Amino acid sequence: MFGTPTPLQSEANLGIMKEDHVNIILHGHEPVLSEMIVAASQTKDMLDYAKEKGANGIQLGGICCTANEILQRHGVPPAGTFLQQELAIITGACDAMVVDVQCVFQALANVAKCFHTKLITTHPIAKMEQDNVIHIEFDEHHAMEDAVKIVRMAIDNFTKRGADVVIPPYKETQIAGFSVESIKYHLGGTFRGTYYTLNDNIINGRIRGLAGVVGCNNARTKHNEEHIMLVKELIKNDVLVLSTGCSALACGTHGLLTPETAAVYCGPGLAEVCETVGIPPVLHLGSCVDNSRILLAATEVVKAGGLGNDLRDLPAAGSAPEWMSEKAIAIGQYFVASGVYVVFGYHMPLDGAPVFKNHLYNELEGIYGGKWDCEPDPIKHAHKIIAHIDKKRKELGIDKARERVLMDMADRQALGME
Amino acid sequence: MSRLVAFAAIQGGYKVVSQVEGQLEKALESYDASTSIGFGNTAYYLPVIYSLTGMKCETLEDLKKPLDFARGLLPPHVKGANHLPYLGPLLDAGMAGLFAYEVQEAIRILNEPDFYTFTEDPDIDAGKIWVGPADDTILRKRGVEFVDGSAPGFAAVVGAAPDAETAKMIIEDYQKKSLYIFCAANHNGKTAVEQCLQAGMQIGWNTRIVPFGPDISSAIFALGFANRAAMAFGGVEPGDYRRMLMYNKNRIFAFVNALGDVGTEWAVAAAGCVNWGFPTLADTDIPEILPTGICTYEHVVANVPHDEICQKSVEVRGLKINVTEIDIPLAFGPAFEGERVRGADLHAQTGGGKTQCTELVKMADMGEIEDGKVEVVGPDITDLKEGDTFPLGIYVQIAGREFQTDFEPIMERQIHHLINYIQGIMHIGQRDISWVRISKAAIEKGFSLKDIGVVLHAKFHQDFQKIVDKVQVTLYSNKEDVDKLTKRARGEYKTRDERVDTMTDEDVETFYSCTLCQSFAPSHVCSVSPERTGLCGAYNWMDCKASFEINPTGPNQPIQKGKVLDAELGRFEGVDEFIKSASKGAIESYNFYSMVNAPMTTCGCCEAIAAMLPSCNGVMTVGRDYAGDTPCGMKFTTLAGVMGGGASSPGFVGHSKFNITQGKFILGDGGLLRMVWMPKILKDEIYDRLNARGKQMGVENFADMIADETVGVTEEEILPFLQEKGHPALTMDPLIA
Repeated sequence: MFGTPTPLQSEANLGIMKEDHVNIILHGHEPVLSEMIVAASQTKDMLDYAKEKGANGIQLGGICCTANEILQRHGVPPAGTFLQQELAIITGACDAMVVDVQCVFQALANVAKCFHTKLITTHPIAKMEQDNVIHIEFDEHHAMEDAVKIVRMAIDNFTKRGADVVIPPYKETQIAGFSVESIKYHLGGTFRGTYYTLNDNIINGRIRGLAGVVGCNNARTKHNEEHIMLVKELIKNDVLVLSTGCSALACGTHGLLTPETAAVYCGPGLAEVCETVGIPPVLHLGSCVDNSRILLAATEVVKAGGLGNDLRDLPAAGSAPEWMSEKAIAIGQYFVASGVYVVFGYHMPLDGAPVFKNHLYNELEGIYGGKWDCEPDPIKHAHKIIAHIDKKRKELGIDKARERVLMDMADRQALGME
Repeated sequence: MSRLVAFAAIQGGYKVVSQVEGQLEKALESYDASTSIGFGNTAYYLPVIYSLTGMKCETLEDLKKPLDFARGLLPPHVKGANHLPYLGPLLDAGMAGLFAYEVQEAIRILNEPDFYTFTEDPDIDAGKIWVGPADDTILRKRGVEFVDGSAPGFAAVVGAAPDAETAKMIIEDYQKKSLYIFCAANHNGKTAVEQCLQAGMQIGWNTRIVPFGPDISSAIFALGFANRAAMAFGGVEPGDYRRMLMYNKNRIFAFVNALGDVGTEWAVAAAGCVNWGFPTLADTDIPEILPTGICTYEHVVANVPHDEICQKSVEVRGLKINVTEIDIPLAFGPAFEGERVRGADLHAQTGGGKTQCTELVKMADMGEIEDGKVEVVGPDITDLKEGDTFPLGIYVQIAGREFQTDFEPIMERQIHHLINYIQGIMHIGQRDISWVRISKAAIEKGFSLKDIGVVLHAKFHQDFQKIVDKVQVTLYSNKEDVDKLTKRARGEYKTRDERVDTMTDEDVETFYSCTLCQSFAPSHVCSVSPERTGLCGAYNWMDCKASFEINPTGPNQPIQKGKVLDAELGRFEGVDEFIKSASKGAIESYNFYSMVNAPMTTCGCCEAIAAMLPSCNGVMTVGRDYAGDTPCGMKFTTLAGVMGGGASSPGFVGHSKFNITQGKFILGDGGLLRMVWMPKILKDEIYDRLNARGKQMGVENFADMIADETVGVTEEEILPFLQEKGHPALTMDPLIA
């Protein structure tokens, strides 16, 4: 509806907020109103109005998956993950925070009350009871008017900053905006675009396999640590990582979404492929509700040929190392039922039900080809994934070095044309 | 390092596209926008643009569209740090550059119509060494070699080697591997082609060293050739770019050798070639791209030493080439077939009207001959002086459990090209009218007559393993021995000819299929009967029979004729069943002897195509070596474009030249007497046979009744001529009932 994302350059972390700009933070999971705010904040009217109020411009920033939506399509930099939502307010520079649904802390209004920040709810099913919260219900017929109203409110609020502004001076560059279609293009251009390029490098062993690392941040772990340790371990072992949600934001703030990362953290095979295609070793595929993109990409991989006939045959796995939301389980089950081996981090609430646990961790594999697993230690977690990938490579018969086959005429005639 | 390649190629893309935009603008100022442009005699417009986008460029105005398309393909430049992915953009930039190069060549040909010779061989004496784009005649003739594998692929050599000796070493190595060498571009003003000439090599399509042009833009002709082959023989539709490029990746085994410094203009061309699956190997230290994917193996390999570049190139492209190592002092291979021995290079010769030169292959008993024995009876070539002539009798005896006397003429026909494959030796003719010319260079390298025997022995064993157990060769160079052999040979020829000429479709119960081209024209199935030789002219019924015996699972399979469904049109139950399954259901049935009712399918390889001329109540035919207009309104190449790829098109049929005078030629439509027009070149070639067959059908001097282009190239122009001559077709039943 809002266009297919294509790769673009942006930044990540709280450092993207600017003291001399009007800062508007978009938080939640829906791209609808935020699309309009992005448009409104770029109009001349609004920019002039901001200048009038003494600001040098309007800086948008995202939190959680709304951040990912506007990052993927417009390059709006994310200010942080789910766990950084309150931190964005206590910079003292957040002139407005617009929230929609899911992962919005109920206490956010209390934090906002301590600062000048206008907290705006937009969704009828996610209002807040505190009286400092403004509700501007999003109405698709008056989307632009609502968006302008919000931006104007933020600009008006710029002059009301009270506490000292403390923006942590940390941010990283990132390349985001990958999608099923744009990956295809980047693997071969307009004329030869195909996932086969990827498959070929999986078959020849430069890339060991694929891992979808996704999901939330969990307040019970050290911020981002599970994500980052896991991802680094995977790419070190030549596993290409597809990422979404807060996991992708974490990778962005740690600089893993740059092409230069490949030479630093990756094994030699993956590094070479990243260098050839010009991609980071971790591909940002969008918000956590875009996990279907990972499955679609995996389906394209199957269709391109050479790696089995079903998702379950692929040397691939899924992971949510810091999961906390219920929907993570729903998405996880979607992957398992699609034939993917899914490892969760931290803890799974299954210890009281050994029969059910056995069903999820073992029996499901016989039904769907995929199954659940859990491993809190990120390094062990990575090696469970790698072991699974190696198992699948063996089943596909691509666990040994590929020979260089020289073809004579008869061999060539046997080659397909696709 | 790919980033640097991407950077350079994208820069090159902008440079080339902008440059050509400027040239086009200038051309549009100097010429009318409707001025015709093009690559000479071709039905494929500007072939790379046409094949990939479907755009037909015929006028100067038309060139704007592909150039705008190229401009649109140009991606953003690659940033120094934190860049976006660049593989896709790199390949797009390459394609943009190639489109621009093709437009640039069209503008060059418009500005300098004489820049290229458009011929098979350059005119070196006139100083014109660049042949430019191959026309469709060359394409059809040479394309077949790519189809059947006799040319495994091509090496696109751009630039120049450090010196002529190195260039010779590299290019001769490719010749030995039977590859075509497509040359373009210069390095510091030097070209590989000029280096070949310096080193005394013969260049042109005939020796497989093709001098396309002196600039990198001329390299587009190589890709144009490859894409036209895919359209002509592979049935790939113009505009189906994905299939086109995959066809090239999997069928046309080509690669690029960049000799000399690679700048942005070369880089963009190399990037473009990767779209085709053609990798680049360079002798300089450029950034490499080793991971696989778009090409079968590596994409760019750098720093390859000159003495390894051939082997390495073939390996990187994934090409298996069986080089025949034959123990003679000269190089050997199909690339030397077209080489000529001119007067100044001649050491000695035999035959050609000066002396007698005769060839005969006979079957022998196993115990009678000794395998590998090669005997020269009489003086050897080393005993002769420069300029001498001598008589020669080549007598080959073959024994084998599976060998039959029917195979003798087939083996004998091999002698022509096998002797020609020897570097520095030229062979013309066959049977008792052979002519062998031996060059000074061959003598210098130590050639002896015995080597002819060594080659025949080795190749007969290699190519006909299944039927050949023992080969013995005797070379007579005394006049009396040669005369004796000639007398005997003439007797043999007579017996054979009578046997083949009198063989009719009714005499045999088995026809043969030929699906040699099927991997290229998927629904096409040739059926070969004694009175309908293969439409490519290369396979007659006897050849197919032998081919089946030699390789029982090969492309020639026996077809039981079965019940005769229609004797007049030539429809057979067994054949119908066979074609239905062999064409995978695409074709249900066809007739052997009709072009009006369900004619046989045609691949792109046919020697000639016949077409109805309704107002003359007759038919015409045109051979592929005639490039002009014809009364049916289409040139050969247009006809072949419409017909090729396995279509059965009522009113048209592809056939061999020989078939015209065979007894069953369109007999269901009235036979040869329907023939009202053919090009003069073809008429002259088969003049005597036309008269002979005409006479059999009751018409004297039939050949002179057939109009040709000197009479006219429209039906209106030739009709008065036919009336004046009293052509029999005019009084026959209407062609269309």
